Amino acid sequence: MNPIIDGIVKAFQLIFSGDPTVYSIVYRSLFFSGTAAILAALWGTPIAMLLGLKDFRGKSIIKGIFNALIGMPTVALGLILFLIFSKAGPLGFLGLLYTPGAVILGEAVLVTPLVVSIATTAIEAVDPEVINLAKTLGASESQASIAVLKEAVNGVIFSNMASFNRAIAELGVALLVGGNIAGLTDVLTTDISKYTQRGDLALAIALSMILIAIVFGINLIIIIARNPKVLATLGRSPQ
Amino acid sequence: MTVLAELKNLTKCFSNRTVLDDITLQIEEGEMLALLGPNGSGKTTLLKILAFLEKPESGELKFQGETVTDKNAERMRLQSAMVFQRTLLFSTSVYNNIAYGLKMRKLPQNTIKEEVKKVLRLVKLEGFEKRSAKKLSGGEQQRVALSRALVLKTKLLLLDEPTANLDPKNAQIIEEVIATINRELRTTIVMATHNMFQAKTLPHRIALINDGKITEVGTPAEIFGKLSKNLASFAAVGNTFTGTAKTTTAGTTMVDIGNGVQIEATVQRQGVTSVFVSPQDIIVSKGAVASSARNVFKGRIIEIFDLGSLVKLKVDIGKPFTVQITKRSFSEMALNLNVEVFIAFKASAVLLI
Repeated sequence: MNPIIDGIVKAFQLIFSGDPTVYSIVYRSLFFSGTAAILAALWGTPIAMLLGLKDFRGKSIIKGIFNALIGMPTVALGLILFLIFSKAGPLGFLGLLYTPGAVILGEAVLVTPLVVSIATTAIEAVDPEVINLAKTLGASESQASIAVLKEAVNGVIFSNMASFNRAIAELGVALLVGGNIAGLTDVLTTDISKYTQRGDLALAIALSMILIAIVFGINLIIIIARNPKVLATLGRSPQ
Repeated sequence: MTVLAELKNLTKCFSNRTVLDDITLQIEEGEMLALLGPNGSGKTTLLKILAFLEKPESGELKFQGETVTDKNAERMRLQSAMVFQRTLLFSTSVYNNIAYGLKMRKLPQNTIKEEVKKVLRLVKLEGFEKRSAKKLSGGEQQRVALSRALVLKTKLLLLDEPTANLDPKNAQIIEEVIATINRELRTTIVMATHNMFQAKTLPHRIALINDGKITEVGTPAEIFGKLSKNLASFAAVGNTFTGTAKTTTAGTTMVDIGNGVQIEATVQRQGVTSVFVSPQDIIVSKGAVASSARNVFKGRIIEIFDLGSLVKLKVDIGKPFTVQITKRSFSEMALNLNVEVFIAFKASAVLLI
């Protein structure tokens, strides 16, 4: 049989047989990327609010830097973080290198520019008078900022979706700071790379299919949760 | 009467441009004051200062005898509410929009429910609680915005052109509500407008504002009763013209406003006068229509402004007249730039200032 078709068949067998190796890799990927996306949202959203709501000198330069960092090659960032986390590096004393913490932190750093840029654009798109509206209705400065954030909620959710997608699909950072240690820091992308190089196409294909299914599935769930009417339009033919 | 708010020698600049220049004004408790002036005269900025949303560069603002500072502005804001000219709504339900300010004041849930229901009845939007605010018509949206401020029962209510760009039905509802709450709740209202008819009928006092300066303050009778030079100089207020009036044998007045345009009015007047015709009172047709309107002119459309459900046209009949029609009429009549049209209005619709 063709090795690719053979690989696909075996991949389905691995997925549906409940193979513990496959599922532990999936769990780690979801956990690392999910935590990284949450961390990026926690520190990226306040930065976006500052950039979107306040006027200060150097604001456009900071926005430009975040925009430019979106395209940062993951391997390059992985190498920079490797040097920072390594024993001789400035954060070497933390002993983070080749630990799950290093992968989570690295991925969070990687996706932060994405969160900041998309959320800033969404906040800037909100009518600037909304902050005055909230204030005249009795909101404090912080409550008024939250009112603006609520108006930009679609953009902010989109920024979180995009950051999760980038985190789960990246290879460079996880490989360089995680070391792809089986059962500890290996994730879907690093294992796809490893098993492809080893010639274990079935496992590589299975993991790839799962990775794609996760990305599509999670995005679809969020879209439907935001607007349940999407489901009703699926079966409708175009007018 | 007790003074609610007092502005003393107040100045406000934006990017080195003075938008309010040495404003001194007292707002009395329970009164309705109209800020009448053309677009860009500083009305909105003055309202925002009164709403404690903008800070003046110099001068003093006192509210209930207390000078407003950075420290107490947030507390002061709880005593006033502003309705913006451009309808601003949160992307949520009508209920959540109206309840927002009450939630900020940490009122119990049941009280909030009752108050929202009451205010919706007042603005004739009963049962609209669950509707998405942004999916309502323009007039309904403005009524939600007004009720969101009314429900707070603040001492001071600031309205920025509350009926601008609204159809007559919605404008009337809003004017009725404003008059009712001022009369029954004795809410002090400061309203910016460039609608002469509204300024003449609604407020107790009018403050004329032009180029960031208050040029005159008085009752509508005082301001409109005499030929106010300041009022007549509001060329930027749409459909305001100055001309020479002569009474006719039929007992009406013909005002020659230049370029061969003569306007007939029912009010008798002689000599130099200013004329105002509300854009809503002008009928547009593609041909000359036999009607009782005493003023019929042929002209050409020179400007079109899309206002959502309404369209504002500028028609050149020798003098530029602003006309407001519904978008449906605009589409059905296939109007466009440079199209020849007729405009008509009754002699009784002409206000002589």
